[in-house]
Amino acid sequence: MSHSPSLPAKVRARDINVHYGDKHALKHVDLDIHAHEVVALIGPSGCGKSTFLRCINRMNDQVDSARVTGLLTLDGDDIYDRAVDVVQLRARVGMVFQKPNPFPKSIFDNVAYGPRIHGMARDQAELDEIVMTSLERAGLLAEVRDRLDEPGTSLSGGQQQRLCIARAIAVSPELILMDEPCSALDPIATARVEELIDELRENFTIVIVTHSMQQAARVSQRTAFFHLGELVEVGDTEQIFTNPQHPLTQGYITGRFG
Amino acid sequence: MSEHTVKSFDEELSHLSNTIARMGGLAEAQLGAALQALGNRDSDLAVRVVAADAQVDELEQEVQHFTVRLLALRQPVAADLRQIVAALKIASELERIADYAANVAKRALVLNQQAAVKPVGAVINLARLVQSILKDIMDAYVEQDVDKAIGVWNRDEEVDDLYTGLFRELITYMMEDPRTITACTHLMFMAKNIERIGDHATNIAETLHFLVVGTPLKGSRPKGPSVEAP
Repeated sequence: MSHSPSLPAKVRARDINVHYGDKHALKHVDLDIHAHEVVALIGPSGCGKSTFLRCINRMNDQVDSARVTGLLTLDGDDIYDRAVDVVQLRARVGMVFQKPNPFPKSIFDNVAYGPRIHGMARDQAELDEIVMTSLERAGLLAEVRDRLDEPGTSLSGGQQQRLCIARAIAVSPELILMDEPCSALDPIATARVEELIDELRENFTIVIVTHSMQQAARVSQRTAFFHLGELVEVGDTEQIFTNPQHPLTQGYITGRFG
Repeated sequence: MSEHTVKSFDEELSHLSNTIARMGGLAEAQLGAALQALGNRDSDLAVRVVAADAQVDELEQEVQHFTVRLLALRQPVAADLRQIVAALKIASELERIADYAANVAKRALVLNQQAAVKPVGAVINLARLVQSILKDIMDAYVEQDVDKAIGVWNRDEEVDDLYTGLFRELITYMMEDPRTITACTHLMFMAKNIERIGDHATNIAETLHFLVVGTPLKGSRPKGPSVEAP
């Protein structure tokens, strides 16, 4: 497949446990994510897939009762090291959410926001360049070229989601986390985002949480199935969807659960 | 048909069609080489044909693996679904066709140990007809040409007629000179195999109709007079 197992993993998770108060939400998860692969996390609601995703950019820090243990590294750097600047981490690890959430700003400023706060552009020309390239890579430039001053919220749902993807890639992250990025989109907008994911893989590593198993099958190279906080099975997507090894995976993907 | 939003799906579908076309080309070449081995009493060539059958089997495995992958990962519908299901069916028809070609080559090896008999020419004539049918159906597949496919479907009657005539001819030979029984029996099995290749080409025509039009090819296949079992 696309990844080369001999290379060190981009993200390496070892014995990750997450507690929300008394609730043991994620149990002893070991998972490697390789550069330039799309990894899909699937499983029923409450299985821990989003919790795992949110560990990678320390979104769980926002939850007071959350406690994360285990070792999680990005290119060998401990993500939970006390010395890590979370803002810097989130520049390396971008995120796209379920519902498109453009800032109440112009299309241009939505994309320019990240590069500005991270001081990535020395002058306006450089900023323009970053914004245009990001919109282009997100497959949105042709549709918005003449209306960059209009509010981001004036776009259609599918365009807004691609704007959010442009915003995420504007700060040149290494890893993009996507939490159900298509669940609010119609099938055509979904297909465009899926095509985009396929293209982005060339430059980024992507972890996507999806409720749609079909989407996982279509977009990912590897699939991880979570159930009740445990990582039940992870493998090449083709293997998971043609010959799953675990009876729980088989039950879930064929719709014979419980 | 216009392209999919997801480009890699288009690439996969065209890879599938290309593999089928390649498999068809290989099956045609196998039949052609088997006939050459028979006509020229070329045992070396016959051995090579028998050995090359493994390549066709490998391609069939490849198609099978790839179609299962596409069904599982792309959830195809409508024309895409028909294309994938058709590829799976056509691959197994081509695998059978190549098997029959290899069997003709195997029997040619045995015939080369015997004195030459005259009806070899008639078997080769039958095979030439089937060869052109096989070529036409693979062209029809590549061009997605339903009319051509229906043409192939109708020509099976010619094959049946020729086969029945050949059957009688072989029996006459064997009655006249029992020393030819071994050779003629092999020729009879060869003729049967070649006639079966025609049937498989007809099956491909039916699948192609389903692939392009979306409905089965209606009506019963034209049949020549049947041969009583010997």
